[in-house]
Amino acid sequence: MNHVEIHRDECKGCAVCVAACPHGCLVIGDTLNLMGYQYVEFVGNDRCTACGLCFTVCPEPGALVVYGMKKV
Amino acid sequence: MPDVQIQYSKSASMYQLFFRKENDQKTTHYCPGCGHGTAQKLIASVIDELAIQDRTVFLSPVGCSVFSYYYFDTGNIQCSHGRAPAVATGIRRTLSDAIIIAYQGDGDLAGIGMTEIVHAANRGENITVFFINNAIYGMTGGQMAPTTPIGVKTLTTPEGRSKSRDGNPIGMCELLASLQAPAYIERCSLSTPKQVLRTRLAIKKALDYQVRKKGFSFVEILSPCPTNWRMSPLDARAWIAGELEGDIFPLKCFRDVPQEIQPDSLSVIRPDIVTLLTKDSILKTSYDGPPRAPKYIKIAGFGGQGVLSAGELVAFSALEEGFNVSWLPSYGPEMRGGSANASVICSDEPIGSPVVDCPNVLIAMNNPSLELFENSVTNNGIIVLNSSLVERKPRRTDVKTYAIPATDIAKKAGLVSAANVVMITALAAITGFLHVSTVKHSIGNVLRKKLYTDKNLEIVENTLSYLREKEMM
Repeated sequence: MNHVEIHRDECKGCAVCVAACPHGCLVIGDTLNLMGYQYVEFVGNDRCTACGLCFTVCPEPGALVVYGMKKV
Repeated sequence: MPDVQIQYSKSASMYQLFFRKENDQKTTHYCPGCGHGTAQKLIASVIDELAIQDRTVFLSPVGCSVFSYYYFDTGNIQCSHGRAPAVATGIRRTLSDAIIIAYQGDGDLAGIGMTEIVHAANRGENITVFFINNAIYGMTGGQMAPTTPIGVKTLTTPEGRSKSRDGNPIGMCELLASLQAPAYIERCSLSTPKQVLRTRLAIKKALDYQVRKKGFSFVEILSPCPTNWRMSPLDARAWIAGELEGDIFPLKCFRDVPQEIQPDSLSVIRPDIVTLLTKDSILKTSYDGPPRAPKYIKIAGFGGQGVLSAGELVAFSALEEGFNVSWLPSYGPEMRGGSANASVICSDEPIGSPVVDCPNVLIAMNNPSLELFENSVTNNGIIVLNSSLVERKPRRTDVKTYAIPATDIAKKAGLVSAANVVMITALAAITGFLHVSTVKHSIGNVLRKKLYTDKNLEIVENTLSYLREKEMM
C-alpha cells in the first residue's frame, strides 16, 4: 500500500510536508524525538497516492521515504 | 506488500552519513523549515537524474550553506566569500568536462560577491549558479541584505529598510539579464509545492544547458528563512508568496537563449607559447636519480634585500634540477624597508601546500628575521645567516649554523643589492642540494636587469672563494 516511512529522529517538525500533502495524510504528533522536535506522523493509510510532494518540499534529505505501488 | 517500491528517498548524490557532527549524522545543520535543505535536495535529485554525480564540482559559499560539502557526494570546494563564480571560472579553464555548480546566498552573491557574478555572467562562462535569495543575512544573525525589501525590519534596519538611506532591493535576475552573454536566467520560489516543482524544472534546465555546453545559467530561488524572519516555516512560505513574489521579485524566465560556446584557444597546449615561456631556460621535467630529502626553506629579511628574488632563484634552480617547487612570498605594502619573507618548497613529491611553518632551512638576512623564525626551524635544520647584519649567534644548538658576511661580499664587488645571491650560492655550495652551475644559469632567468648579470656571476665566484678560504665547502 502507498505510504510514507518517517524517520522520526531526522524530522525537525516544520510541518511543511503536512501543508503540502493534498490528502491530509500527515500530522504533527505530540511526542518529542531525540532532537526535541514534535515529529510528523503518517495517518494516510488508504489516502496516500505516493505523489512525493511531502518528500519534495521537506528540507531534510532522509527524513521521509515514499513507497508506492506504481513502478518508478 | 510485495509490489510496493520506494518512489522517493534520499538522493544518491548526497552522503548517507554527514560527518560534520559526532551525533545526528543523518540531519543537516539547517533550522527547521529552512529553504536550503529543500533547494539542495532538488539539486541532488537533478544530479541523479542527469547522471552527472561523478563529474560535478559543488562550490559551497560563505553563509548558512557553507557546510554543503558535508552533504554532496560530489567534488567540493568551499570558496571565499562571494568568489564562487571566480573559482568556477578557474575550474572551467582546467576541467572542460566538469559540471560546476556555484551555490550562493544573497549576502554572498549580491553583497560581497557582486563583482564576480557580474563578470562571470558577462563572460558567459559555461557554469550554473544557484542563487538562494532569502532577503537577509542568515548565518550572521539577520542583518539587512542587498535583497531585503523596503520596510522590512532587520537587525541593522530596526525601523525597516529605507529607500533613501539603504537603496532599493537589488533584483539580480534583472541585473544579469541586461548582459548579452547569459544563456538562461530564471527566478523561482519555494513558497508552495507547485513552485517547488517549478524550481526543480528550472534547476534541471540550467544543469542540462551546462551539460550541453550552452553557456551561463542562473537560477534565483526565493527561499524561506523562518528563524531570522521570526516566522513559522509555513508563515515564511506564505510571506514569500504574498510579499516577495509580487512586484519586488517577480517569478519568470528572464532569458532563454542557448549560446554556442567556442572552445578556449588557450586550453590547447601550443608549442609556440611553450617556447615563448621557456626559451631562456632548459627546464627538466623529470628526475630519475636517488630520492632527495625535501627542503622547506624560509628566506627572510627587510624589503629591498632581494628576499623574494632569492626565493625565485632557489625555485628556478630547483625546477631545473627536476624538483617540484612552490614559491610563496609574504610582504607588507612597502616596496622598501618593510619586512619580507619567501617560503620555498623543493620536493620530489607533489606539493600540497606552499606554506612553510617549520623550515628545515632558514636564510636570515637581518636581525629581526632571526628573532622571528629561529625557533620555528626543525631539529637538525640549517640556518644560514647574513653575518654582516646579524649581530648575534643563534641560540639553538640543535641546528647547523653558517655565518656568511653576505652584504660585505656583495658590497666589495660593488653591488650591495646582490647579498641575496651570496646567500643562495652559499646555500647551494654548502648543502649541495643545488648545483652551483644551476644557480649561475638561473641568475639570468631571475634578474630583471640583465645589465648586472656578469656582476652577479662574479659575486658567485667571490662567494665560492670565501667559502673555500673558510673551509666551509
